Amino acid sequence: MDLHFGDSKPTDEERAAVDALLGPAESSWEGADRSDADLRWARGGRAARDRRDLLLPGLHALNDRVGWISEGALDYLCRRLTVPPAEAYGVATFYAMFSVRPRPATVLHVCTDLACTAAGAGELCAGIEARLGPGSGVGVERGPCLGLCERAPAALAIRAGDPVRTAVSAPATVEAAVAAATAPDAAPGEPPAAAAVPQAGQEGLVLLRRVGVVDPASLDDYRAHGGYTALRRAFELGPAGVIREVTDSGLVGRGGAAFPTGRKWQATASHPDRPHYLVCNADESEPGTFKDRVLMEGDPFALVEAITIASYAISAQRAFVYIRGEYPRAVDRMRHAVDQARARGLLGGDILGQGYSLDIEIRRGAGAYICGEETALFNSIEGYRGEPRSKPPFPVDQGLFGRPTVENNVETLVNVLPILTLGAPAYAATGTAGSTGPKLFCVSGSVARPGVYEVPFGATLGEVLEQAGVRPRLRAVLLGGAAGGFVRPDELDLPLTFEGTREAGTTLGSGVVLAFDDTVPLPRLLLRIAEFFREESCGQCVPCRVGTVRQEEALRRIAGRTGAGAADDIALLREVGRAMRDASICGLGQTAWNAVESAIDRLGAYE
Amino acid sequence: MTAIPIGVPRRLVEFTLDGRETRVPEGSTVLDACRAAGTDVPTLCEGDTLRPKNACRVCVVEVEGSRTLQPACSRRAEPGMVVRTDTERTRHSRKVVLELLASSVDLSTTPRVAGWIKEYEAKPDRFGPDAARLNEEPRVDNELYVRDYGKCILCYKCVDACGDQWQNTFAIAVAGRGFDARIAVEHDAPLTDSACVYCGNCVEVCPTGALSFKSEFDMRAAGTWDESKQTETTTVCAYCGVGCNLTLHVQDNEIVKVTSPHDSPVTHGNLCIKGRFGYQHVQNRG
Ligand code: SF4
Ligand code: SF4
Ligand code: SF4
Ligand code: FES
Ligand code: FES
Repeated sequence: MDLHFGDSKPTDEERAAVDALLGPAESSWEGADRSDADLRWARGGRAARDRRDLLLPGLHALNDRVGWISEGALDYLCRRLTVPPAEAYGVATFYAMFSVRPRPATVLHVCTDLACTAAGAGELCAGIEARLGPGSGVGVERGPCLGLCERAPAALAIRAGDPVRTAVSAPATVEAAVAAATAPDAAPGEPPAAAAVPQAGQEGLVLLRRVGVVDPASLDDYRAHGGYTALRRAFELGPAGVIREVTDSGLVGRGGAAFPTGRKWQATASHPDRPHYLVCNADESEPGTFKDRVLMEGDPFALVEAITIASYAISAQRAFVYIRGEYPRAVDRMRHAVDQARARGLLGGDILGQGYSLDIEIRRGAGAYICGEETALFNSIEGYRGEPRSKPPFPVDQGLFGRPTVENNVETLVNVLPILTLGAPAYAATGTAGSTGPKLFCVSGSVARPGVYEVPFGATLGEVLEQAGVRPRLRAVLLGGAAGGFVRPDELDLPLTFEGTREAGTTLGSGVVLAFDDTVPLPRLLLRIAEFFREESCGQCVPCRVGTVRQEEALRRIAGRTGAGAADDIALLREVGRAMRDASICGLGQTAWNAVESAIDRLGAYE
Repeated sequence: MTAIPIGVPRRLVEFTLDGRETRVPEGSTVLDACRAAGTDVPTLCEGDTLRPKNACRVCVVEVEGSRTLQPACSRRAEPGMVVRTDTERTRHSRKVVLELLASSVDLSTTPRVAGWIKEYEAKPDRFGPDAARLNEEPRVDNELYVRDYGKCILCYKCVDACGDQWQNTFAIAVAGRGFDARIAVEHDAPLTDSACVYCGNCVEVCPTGALSFKSEFDMRAAGTWDESKQTETTTVCAYCGVGCNLTLHVQDNEIVKVTSPHDSPVTHGNLCIKGRFGYQHVQNRG
């Protein structure tokens, strides 16, 4: 590799931001001033290239401190990591939260996604823009779901500096959002995570039992509420025993693909290549989903313990938690929990004196829905563009850094704790034969008590909506998020299990239950879904890169039209949708047309 | 390739291709098998000396038991697999993919595509006159080659050729995402401010003419480019001792561009700036 760097130099601040992450540069080859020694040898090479995975943290460091990434800053970071600037530019421009053009230090992200649109995000945005006007020093960016749907409409203010400051406004009014952006330090604090759990404190909860009960910042409190008994049990059982319990429990992944967790662990554990990695997917970006955020904010040590158990089972010594960039509070809580656990010997060299060592690294996403796809997430951690890889090879054979890797999402991992404390048979007694255990649903939209609900698998859609206080004149329910599908109000006895939804031709997806009453204009919603996929396509393959554009164009043309007037474009949508489903590389392109298709077929959207 | 690696003999994989039992050496792709069997499968992003990125999706085939269609160019043949290359489903996807491509970029200099558009009855116009297109102006910022991204199908071949698969210069990458993704150098600067070393290996692999010799670009603009009048002569580069093979494309007794045979054991199609672009001295006739 023969790298070429331009003449642009970093400012002192940009240099400081990078050096705070990587330490000071050691030689002029890395961008320091030239010394005599530099003429005799060059450091760098493989050792520096092996730190490529620090590219994304480096871009964050710059973006956090300065608010955008200049040429000089990017070149300096590239020198430090021996990354070609063209590639780093490609990475920086991939993520929505970064900018390579100057912009105001404060950016206000206003959600214009499904729940927020239904709650009036359009007027909110217009109001905010009018109030702030030009020259306010705040950049307003309309964007996808912020994962605060239970408090829609939502806005997130990020002010660059040292340290970076954030403030959330939800439910947002024009005044509150403007206040959060103009004075983030003075903004009122967010409600506790338990506020998103209407059942908080109730008897019989399994996954949510500690949310609102324990202090999320206190390891002692966590232990006082049963924390770390599952890990002790894991050490008694040994890795093979843990995998057996997880397999017997019937646990399947909660992220949407519903793959048996025990089988995944077994395949990785027995793979001869070393090292093994565990990756916790906390990049929950499916519009309407916020359960992982609530778990990380309300019970972060549970996730740390669950990751420790999973890593032990597959004999991984390094685990990563990839948290979406729009979740500053979850990132803080998880960082704190990992540091506490490390300080107390629950992570690090010799966990609980068992001779097992593990460290957990927290990585932040930077605004890319596609990074929730497991192989895109690996690329993102490794410092590449978050583009999905084609499978095979599967992650259990070649995952993170090309090594055998287990990737599970937050909810899946947290289920491991009750499996070990209750035992597999008791755990599997909950739910149905095909879908065992408890399940979390994110209920939002036209309901009185939006939030995360825990129910045993098999509860019906109507029962979940009932608990959340569904409002009258229900028009439609979006099940499974933007990649899921709509169901009608007369289908409320649908059992919420993998097999039940499959039979009904729909999906549980990530556990979204988004209710819309008849005041919500359906065509506008469908347009928003199409726009979302067009914006979030990575652009790698043709059916998705161009297909999502053509679908959005068709939906724009027929907005407001029905019957024969829409027939041509609906036929076009179907043809393009079919090719996207059949020929796209990854799940994003394959599912992008699901929700709109279901609205046409099940709801008669344009009849 | 003329270089025949003498390795461990490879086992044969048996599978069913379009209803016929087929045997290919282990490691072969479905596309290899199709080509050996004389079955025509359209391809755009696949290249003979690069690992396919399987991004264009025109080569998709049906594999029994697979929920989605599979790219023939990168899916390896497995024992017992049942593959169909020409079904209603594969034809539908290929047709739509061709329509999507042809409606968004200029495929006028992409070989063979017009034939496939006809064969699959693709109608790129049906997305209407307002369908978004790339419509980029050609970037002419140096005397050697031109970047016309209005023709780019984002096959990633140039990125792979410039990066770890051929040249190791890493001067270009994909920037942006979705429909806005573009091939770019760092900071989207002119080529002359980038790490490019003008080996032209990206031009060598570009399947659409999005990257082309300045000579070809100018002649096309002037209406004098005429491949039917061109001859190709393969010779050895005279500049240095590496001994690369050059193929001189000559029209009206003038060299109009230089390529390199991909099956040459010396270059596999790679050249340096001198071999690729330094031919003017040959035709300075005083
Ligand atoms: S389907 Fe979409 S998101 Fe997935 S690889 Fe293709 S372009 Fe990227
Ligand atoms: S410029 Fe050519 S080689 Fe590069 S991605 Fe575009 S079409 Fe492919
Ligand atoms: S192309 Fe370049 S490397 Fe090859 S023989 Fe000519 S001068 Fe040497
Ligand atoms: S936060 Fe707006 S839709 Fe989720
Ligand atoms: S040639 Fe196979 S996907 Fe492009």
